[in-house]
Amino acid sequence: MIQSLALARTSEATRESARTPARPSAAPDRPKMRAEALRAHFGKTEVLKGITLPVESTTVTAIIGPSGCGKSTFIRCLNRMHEVVSGARVAGKVLLDLQDIYAPDVDPVRVRRRVGMVFQKPNPFPTMTIRENVLAGLKLNGLRPKDTEELVERALRQVALWDEVKDVLSRSGTSLSGGQQQRLCIARSLALEPEVLLMDEPCSALDPIATARVEELIHELRERYTIVIVTHNMQQAARVADFTAFFYLGELVEYDRTDVIFTRPSEKKTEDYITGRFG
Amino acid sequence: MKERYSQRKLVDAAVRGLCLLATGAALIPLGLVLYYVTSRGIGGLDWAFFTELPKPVGEAGGGMANALLGTLELVGLACLFGIPPGVLAGVYLAEFGQHRFAKLVRFSADVMSGVPSITIGIFVYTLIVLRTKSFSAYAGGVALAVLMLPTVTRTTEELLRLVPESLREAALGLGVPKWRATLSVVLRTAAPGIATGIMLAIARVAGETAPLLFTAFNNAFWPTGLAQPTASLPVQIYTYAVSPYDDWHQKAWAAALVLIGMVLILNVAARVLVRHRVRSR
Repeated sequence: MIQSLALARTSEATRESARTPARPSAAPDRPKMRAEALRAHFGKTEVLKGITLPVESTTVTAIIGPSGCGKSTFIRCLNRMHEVVSGARVAGKVLLDLQDIYAPDVDPVRVRRRVGMVFQKPNPFPTMTIRENVLAGLKLNGLRPKDTEELVERALRQVALWDEVKDVLSRSGTSLSGGQQQRLCIARSLALEPEVLLMDEPCSALDPIATARVEELIHELRERYTIVIVTHNMQQAARVADFTAFFYLGELVEYDRTDVIFTRPSEKKTEDYITGRFG
Repeated sequence: MKERYSQRKLVDAAVRGLCLLATGAALIPLGLVLYYVTSRGIGGLDWAFFTELPKPVGEAGGGMANALLGTLELVGLACLFGIPPGVLAGVYLAEFGQHRFAKLVRFSADVMSGVPSITIGIFVYTLIVLRTKSFSAYAGGVALAVLMLPTVTRTTEELLRLVPESLREAALGLGVPKWRATLSVVLRTAAPGIATGIMLAIARVAGETAPLLFTAFNNAFWPTGLAQPTASLPVQIYTYAVSPYDDWHQKAWAAALVLIGMVLILNVAARVLVRHRVRSR
């Protein structure tokens, strides 16, 4: 615990020093993604009631809010994973580089290759080795990369897992610890070189040390990828995100720079939530 | 406090004892069958039994090599006809079957697994034997396949349902098309279990007599083609057992022993396969 706190603190420090000069507080002029009047249903229940929200390029956007507020549904709409569940429907637009991913001629499979996803529970493929797991996205898409060894090493280095697993690459992916499995899953997504990475409470099944590592990782990935992270943990949002959106009962209550949301939110509800008065 | 504890221990011991007793009672018939068949049949097993054709009545010696071969042939055909549609139907039910049609398929499979095997024999008789005007290995294979179908379908469906949803999502989230995710992730994860289910289904139909009486019938000679009547161990056992000759009775016991041996080997192989797969993880 103490160690994890220390870790968290050091990562905080490095982040602050890295962030201030590199990142202008003003948003880039064109967002990487943008939800427009996005509505989502499960059967007759409306889970998202018209969300309009930008996702800025190469930044981390956190979605916070109490359970059942639609935050997971929201990011599942960003790569068309919501409609996988039977009875689920989506209305409205989601723009990816100005193109609507819900346009009738868009193949959801293509969208998911550009917008990767990391899930709440680590889910490496149990029948595959660690190496195969990293390559799974490419292999299952029928791609035959040339330098697989190099690719595996690069992906695993990116998630800081290489040194831990380089000697056991042919072991099953499920033989790793929970935190390692989650980083393996992130590596699996990164191997496809997505443009956007969606993370659905990626740390909720992890212990504090593993959580700190994943947060560290998010901080590094932010240089190259656009990241949207759903989290229950407000400290986490404050630590990793550039922008934060607060969802409540399927509606977007407030969206702003993270420091604004956490220090001077303009909505009463946001303030109540982040100060722990409800939720 | 102490009294209650000792009382609880007593009850625990009593219930455990009952369970043990019940298990024993369930195992007794199996043990008796194995013992009886072995003691009666072992005497009839010799090299000739596995290599020679049956001799005509009154002549000593001979074997059941044609029936052994015939059983393998019939089971092989049954696998060919029964496993692919069974597995595919199971995949449909588990992965794509959210419609009313799927409910119908599921219900039919359940009904089909309850249909008496002789009925299936008659069905295939009218469907194939009457049309081709000949008993044949084909017809026998189809009858056994129809018998296997519901088991294979339902086992496949059940085992696919055990594959966690998170793995499907993982694959889809990587931009893998659904068919590919089903094939390379879901089916592959459930494969050892499905293989076991299939092996058990094979073991089950390998011993069927009734559906073969009307389809593959019997044959005293080597199988020469798939369109010919074909001998099989169960039918041969039946024929020999109802005959009035003592040496045929002896042969029937021996054949029964061989059949049990085959089924046992299949069962054990299925289990070893699963254990091996689990351990290698």
